[in-house]
Amino acid sequence: MKHSVTLDKDKCKGCTTCIKHCPTEAIRVRRGIAHITEERCIDCGNCIRVCPHKAKKAVCDGFERLKEFEYTIALPAPSLYGQFRNLTDVNVVLTAFLHIGFDHVEEVSQGAELASSITKHMLENDPDLPKPLISSACPASVRLICQRFPKLIPHISKVSAPFEIVAVRARKEAVERTGLPPEKIGIFFITPCPAKVSAGRVPAGLSAPVVDGFFSISDIYKRLLTAMKSIDKPLPLSNSGLIGVGWAHCGGESNAAFHGQHLAVDGIENIIAVLEDLEDGMLPQIDFLELNSCNQGCVGGCLTVENPYVAQTRIRQLIQHMPISLNRLPKDAEPPAYMFDDKPLEALPVNILDDDMEIAMQKYAKIEELLEALPGLDCGSCGAPTCKTLAEDIVQGLALEDDCIFRMRERMQYLMGMGDADEYLPLPFRRRDDEA
Amino acid sequence: MDKLHLHYEVEGNDFVAAGEAAGQMKRTLRQLGIDFEIIRRCSICMYEGEINMVAHAEGGSADVIIAKDKVTIVLEDTGPGITDMELAMQEGYSTATQDVRELGFGAGMGLPNMKKYADTLAVESTPGVGTKVTMEINIPA
Repeated sequence: MKHSVTLDKDKCKGCTTCIKHCPTEAIRVRRGIAHITEERCIDCGNCIRVCPHKAKKAVCDGFERLKEFEYTIALPAPSLYGQFRNLTDVNVVLTAFLHIGFDHVEEVSQGAELASSITKHMLENDPDLPKPLISSACPASVRLICQRFPKLIPHISKVSAPFEIVAVRARKEAVERTGLPPEKIGIFFITPCPAKVSAGRVPAGLSAPVVDGFFSISDIYKRLLTAMKSIDKPLPLSNSGLIGVGWAHCGGESNAAFHGQHLAVDGIENIIAVLEDLEDGMLPQIDFLELNSCNQGCVGGCLTVENPYVAQTRIRQLIQHMPISLNRLPKDAEPPAYMFDDKPLEALPVNILDDDMEIAMQKYAKIEELLEALPGLDCGSCGAPTCKTLAEDIVQGLALEDDCIFRMRERMQYLMGMGDADEYLPLPFRRRDDEA
Repeated sequence: MDKLHLHYEVEGNDFVAAGEAAGQMKRTLRQLGIDFEIIRRCSICMYEGEINMVAHAEGGSADVIIAKDKVTIVLEDTGPGITDMELAMQEGYSTATQDVRELGFGAGMGLPNMKKYADTLAVESTPGVGTKVTMEINIPA
């Protein structure tokens, strides 16, 4: 797994903000720098959002990469449309791509409509489909399931991501249009989040990537804005409707599935709660489950520029005047063309203490014992987000008891024969007045 | 180490907190690498037991003993006890009050579900003294 969330070492102050906000407890601070544990990171981008020093960033491509290809195609995510004030015609945004160096532009919302069409078809015609069918559109959610809810992997839809569906089609059409060999055509996805970058570079269910690079919405925003100002007559490039563009916000994808009961969840903590219930069979009967790791859906991606609530409202207004859908699965289409099934999703369990249950039990007992002795303040000074994670790190040989400054202080005082520890503790941690 | 012992206190009359012991137990079983299907069954048994203690007995205690070959869940309360065991084991029979039913509980599936998902279920109850429910879920080698 190659992650696209990385750290700018010069900017990182070693503060503990990110470790506290990581939903998978993937970050530890060591020697003044935040380290991301690769196996635990799901690329949700929470750390990018909360870092006060802007030290966490997503690795996207530089615009010079456009020069590597003879013909370039931009694939903007529908969430892009929510970034611009007073936008009434998406063709203005699409035309702007042709002004900033791309030869062609294809909306990802077209792929979203095809994905919706396939999903609808599956829900209506496949009686063996595990219910609920879980959307595969949010790669952070998919990775979370592989790590923490492997039992639910069979529920994940095998429909490819909209940008992948569009990329495959766009390359084929560009080859026919230009006569160029496929490798001379550069396809770039304009992404709202780092999870889609990681997923696109190493697709979870595909054996090879289908796009050539990624630009973040925040990187391309200013260029587009400048170009948009000079466009009087936008070209009629848009070819998708409210179903496709609606995927930009939470609920859009499940509304498009039309069939039966659906549930749309946004925010990674809410997703975890819903998946716990689903795993225990505590959820009411539903047919389709849409998961968006970002609040409000993809418009809340950490690589966007606009407040997700504002962007969501704009998308809703924008789609009011759009046709319902312009992309449907052709009757004679072979559905597998839009599915990933050449590489099944794998369980990536990260929470198991040991493969040998007896050793795991020993480790668990040791964790409980350590927790008794730790202060339970979850202060983060040891570099782990909570006392419990420190205890887990200790039994796994990744940290020491003395990493806890309170334990360390106690030990030093004991060794030095000093009296009351209270005098040496920082003010927040001293005894309460009523205990003195 | 051949046995791991977990202990939880279940608060009475708190339907929002009911399920906390099941959730915590689930996290622990997951850390031990126990099969998902076994975890699911343990989780349902514990959840139903918790709900019963909250609805009928003003809470109680839950003990979980984990061994390599089985998970044992022991629920104990000092509630009113079960007067008619045969009826209590029947699907759809419930003595839950109207208040409890209005919250969506009291469907009469508690003990029947425990029986369904546990490999063994033993209920000892003395009216006016309390109830002890012991469930075993086997872990296949």
